[in-house]
Amino acid sequence: MPEAREVLVISGKGGTGKTSLTAAFAHLAGDAVVCDLDVDAPDLHLLLAPRPWRTEDFYSGHEAVIDPAACSGCGTCAQMCRYDAVVVQDDVFRVEPLACEGCKVCVEFCPEGAIAFPERHCGRWYLSQSRFGPMVHAQLFAGAENSGRLVTLLRQQARQLAQEQGRELILCDGTPGIGCPVISSLSGVDLAVVVTEPTPSGRHDLERVVELCRHFRVPAAVMVNKFDLSQEHTRGIEHFCAAQGLELVARLPFDPVVVEAMVAGRTVTEQAPHSALAQEVVRAWGRICELARLRRAA
Amino acid sequence: MATVRIAVASGKGGTGKTTVAASLAWVWDAPVVAADLDVEEPNLHLFLRPRITGRRTATLEVPEADESLCTACGACAELCQFKAISLLGEVLLTFPEMCHGCGGCLAVCPAGALSAGRRELGEVIWGAAGEIGFVMGRLRVGEAMSPPLMRAVHRRLEEMLARRPADVIVDAPPGVSCPALAAVAGADLILMITEPTPFGLYDLRLAHQAFSSLGVPLAVVVNRAGLGERGVYEFCREEGLPILAEIPYHRRLAETYCQGRPVAAAGGEVQGWFQELARRARELAAGEQEEAAHA
Repeated sequence: MPEAREVLVISGKGGTGKTSLTAAFAHLAGDAVVCDLDVDAPDLHLLLAPRPWRTEDFYSGHEAVIDPAACSGCGTCAQMCRYDAVVVQDDVFRVEPLACEGCKVCVEFCPEGAIAFPERHCGRWYLSQSRFGPMVHAQLFAGAENSGRLVTLLRQQARQLAQEQGRELILCDGTPGIGCPVISSLSGVDLAVVVTEPTPSGRHDLERVVELCRHFRVPAAVMVNKFDLSQEHTRGIEHFCAAQGLELVARLPFDPVVVEAMVAGRTVTEQAPHSALAQEVVRAWGRICELARLRRAA
Repeated sequence: MATVRIAVASGKGGTGKTTVAASLAWVWDAPVVAADLDVEEPNLHLFLRPRITGRRTATLEVPEADESLCTACGACAELCQFKAISLLGEVLLTFPEMCHGCGGCLAVCPAGALSAGRRELGEVIWGAAGEIGFVMGRLRVGEAMSPPLMRAVHRRLEEMLARRPADVIVDAPPGVSCPALAAVAGADLILMITEPTPFGLYDLRLAHQAFSSLGVPLAVVVNRAGLGERGVYEFCREEGLPILAEIPYHRRLAETYCQGRPVAAAGGEVQGWFQELARRARELAAGEQEEAAHA
């Protein structure tokens, strides 16, 4: 069994339609392992209705906790903390969990040994059965960090599932931005599908996320969503793609059916299979499969 | 009148944070600085079009090893929580891109074999758009960590405010993890922008969960009102979250946005909505300060 191909849907800018499109691709693929790598604000489960058969706690790193009874109030921790995480209230020293980076410097240098360093419980992850097959997803607790490590863990789980079940495609829904979680989702994927929109923000963010793909040597293809919103920006995006040697795999029209499908908890390809939008999604999916060198196109 | 600081945030991306932040700054009737803390994908400048007057490179302190002084004791590698430094046999290896800049290894090294090097995080850029002060961060492509750059933007913001006191409107990154929380730190009011769809509602719940522990008043702006369903409104009623504005989905607004202008610049009633939003946001934010002063 050869290793499964991995296709990642990202966007730079949020709200361009990543999740609605990933859900439609999951529907069209039918037998992919689907993976929601947006562990911060995941939404894919709202369309795929996964039922978890395994739930695991996610621990990552540690956090400093000062024992007030053992603390002498010398202030070494506050002086050394680069994250201003040590706060003093009525002469009591306390570590603010949201600011603590888990670096252990205060623990190491506290002359009283008054600082504990327990593991940090950051969230939960799930292996589930969704409407379209196996799904790997997670929910990070509010304000937690190390989403990069959780992303890496989900990808490992997805690869393992694909291997065990003999599935040839892993389909991942990514995070907005270009930081830690996006970098963790990008390394080694076979194709990044960048969803953009014809707005100043969409164009600006597309350029940065394409640069990131290049930085990590990941092949990318582009989809313009709501292309009919602005002819001018759509042309700008087309020129950019041509200049960068990127294939524009779809120009999707604005269609209220996307929101209607979302409200119904379905994908656009289920909700309105004969719409111009769904037809273009089907066509794009075929091309994405070719670009990712999947043996069986939808 | 005391100055106020308003953070514009959301769980879900693309709900209209930048639209609201740019328009709020545009209608604001007092000295104001607009701060773009979405350093991964900053967009506010595309709508405010500020004249840039200064920029500086932000860096993070990372260790540099002097092998001739290293005794291979391993104290640094043992302390480092981020796998940024390790001992391979007798050879010290540093991985500066993994470093969080805590300074622990430099402090713990008994031989003085580590010194402070620099990793470039990105740029802090500032200027003004007419009367509106402006500051933003732009993360270097390939850099994973945004919070340290956000701290650098905050520092520049404080310098600007020290010279000329002003209200602040912060454009925050999407999500509810550490970068979003770093962006809203110090705000007197967090405006959560959402849309009346299942995704909008789910992510609004997450944002409410994340931000309600901060002890700062929260309020909601519903963008693309008229789309989708009523769930967002029911949630706001149950949680007692005031909805300060509803911005309908409107072709003219979308076009103004596409032209790279604050949608409030479309004029007429749109400008009126944002003036009303600004008034109510200031009232809530200032109320918070009064309460804090009486506490």
